[in-house]
Amino acid sequence: MHIVVCTKQTPDSAAKLTVDEAGNVSWGDSPIIINPWDEYAVEEAILIKERFNGEPKVTVISMGPEEALEALKHAIAMGCDEGIRVWDEAFENSDTLATSYVLAKAIEKMGDVDLVLFGKSAIDSQTGQVPIEVARRLGFSPLTYVIKIVELDIEGRTITVERLLEQGRQVVKAPLPAVIGTVKGINEPRYPSFMGIRKATRAQYPVWTGADIGVEPDKAGAAGSGVRWERIFPPPVREGGAEIIEADTPEEAARILVDKLMAEKVI
Amino acid sequence: MDFALTEEHKMVVRMVRDFAEKEVAPYIKEYDRAHKPFIKAMERMGELGILGICIPVRYGGQGMDYISLGLACEELERVDSSLRVVLSVHVALNSLGLLQWGTEEQKQRFLVPQAKGERFAAYALTEPGAGSDAAALTTTARREGDVYILNGEKMWISLATIAHNFLVFAVTDPQAKPRHRGITAFIVERDMKGVTTGDIHGKLGVRAGSTGWIAMEDVEVPVENRLGEEGEGFKIAMSCLDNGRYTIGAGATGLIRACLEASVKYALERKTFGKEIGQHQLVQQMIAHMKRDYEIARLLYLRAGWLKNQGIRNTWQTSLSKWFATEASFAAASNAVQIHGAYGYSDEYDVERYLRNSKGACIYEGTSQIHEIIQAQYVLGYREDRPLRCELPAYDPEEWQREA
Repeated sequence: MHIVVCTKQTPDSAAKLTVDEAGNVSWGDSPIIINPWDEYAVEEAILIKERFNGEPKVTVISMGPEEALEALKHAIAMGCDEGIRVWDEAFENSDTLATSYVLAKAIEKMGDVDLVLFGKSAIDSQTGQVPIEVARRLGFSPLTYVIKIVELDIEGRTITVERLLEQGRQVVKAPLPAVIGTVKGINEPRYPSFMGIRKATRAQYPVWTGADIGVEPDKAGAAGSGVRWERIFPPPVREGGAEIIEADTPEEAARILVDKLMAEKVI
Repeated sequence: MDFALTEEHKMVVRMVRDFAEKEVAPYIKEYDRAHKPFIKAMERMGELGILGICIPVRYGGQGMDYISLGLACEELERVDSSLRVVLSVHVALNSLGLLQWGTEEQKQRFLVPQAKGERFAAYALTEPGAGSDAAALTTTARREGDVYILNGEKMWISLATIAHNFLVFAVTDPQAKPRHRGITAFIVERDMKGVTTGDIHGKLGVRAGSTGWIAMEDVEVPVENRLGEEGEGFKIAMSCLDNGRYTIGAGATGLIRACLEASVKYALERKTFGKEIGQHQLVQQMIAHMKRDYEIARLLYLRAGWLKNQGIRNTWQTSLSKWFATEASFAAASNAVQIHGAYGYSDEYDVERYLRNSKGACIYEGTSQIHEIIQAQYVLGYREDRPLRCELPAYDPEEWQREA
């Protein structure tokens, strides 16, 4: 069995993002880390590997420049078997459409993939589109918002998962191969182990270019993207206000508070 | 010369920082207020391998180097001193002492479970009447056949009521001249008959840590639990302090960083006289001093760690690191409270805890005054290092990481 985890490198969630007048986004000298949502996907892949006595192979891939190595190293230090960076200058400025194309081509090249795991979205762009697009391109079963893998039947080639939806939980069964978008709560990601850290710093991380995976140049990068950035600007600063409710008794204060919350349609 | 941390070091820093921020920072105030040791955090440090970070893999450890130990201490004490104290006593004062001086049998019996975090370890040198004057200890060990009979009391012992194994120093030859030649080291186990322990209450700081006393009444300690030779105890005690002080210097560096981070955050938020207080020059001065001291303290402990990796004796460098960093952390914490004004005086903010926690390290493992004397004595030529029968082994990645 072969599991692939797709990861992305993002600025640390504690980073202070700034946007200058020209629309350049900066997060200062904040470190680049593995997208925090992806840690759930990595953990789930390792849990599956452990459940099947270490038999499944877990490959982590990331499309990105040299900085993407941080995400790969983190995943290897957690327990993934190998890491591959997919990058080409032609992949610059890819939107989700172009990104999913490149990732799907890389997964196709591996040939024997049964499961592809993603975090629910990336904390920088927050689109959550890539897992669905990759599933569509590969013809794999798309299973998003997965909070639990109920059953993985390797011989029967099916997977049963619980999805966390706004309306409640939904249990679905789908044929393998499948793409899974994980959500927070599916597990508690482990810290990298010291042995894992040593492995991660000594591992080789091959780079697959567009030519290596058969990418058509006009389908990747800005050329292959449907989204155009017209203007980038910081959102207006939200003005907060506080009001102290004065009343003779706590009950009276609570009643006034409830009225106000209802008037504002908060409750 | 290379000042860069390796990729491994950077990943160790990130891992320990994540652990401390996620699993300790949200709860530490509660434990500190309740004067309650954070046992769960200790157990997690064991599970994660932090309690055996720089011990060779074949002795149950993680096979990282001595610099990793220092970096872990910096990250832990940035969140709370009590966590770093655990590394100081369990790893540096006890486990590294076993690695340096223990027989193979002792390493298998005691070091392996300690490095795996299955057993906690402490270091018992100080007594009610013997602190800075360590050779004045009165605990006795009388040999009778294959056992030693230990009697006496140890005081101010970190993890006294939690540890399973204690490295105890006792007088085996009361006639020895000078006195320190009559001291011997023993591994005393909690479940030995005659061992009782208790906690000390009313401490100024490190309230989420365990500090207590150990009383020994006719405790029979088998000969195979003697660490080193008879009369070698003082040398062992001092060599252990070379490692303990290293972790304190590194930890105090983390405490300075915590003060600096808290002060910068507050100075950018709080406004007085129509501007944020970071714009006031006297606030800037306090922050500049913290930054200066953080950078100096970090260089001092990393140099000591590098010397340990090389297998080079580092007594004065470690003493300097400990002396400078602990005094600087006390000053930084005092200034951090000052910057926070009245808020800093309440436990709503962390800085009052930093101030209370910083003072202890200026006292234990050699007061600042003892370290001043050590520095002067080296420079004046009154003191020199003599080779030890067993030196702390230099870090060798292959040797540290081989399985058996």
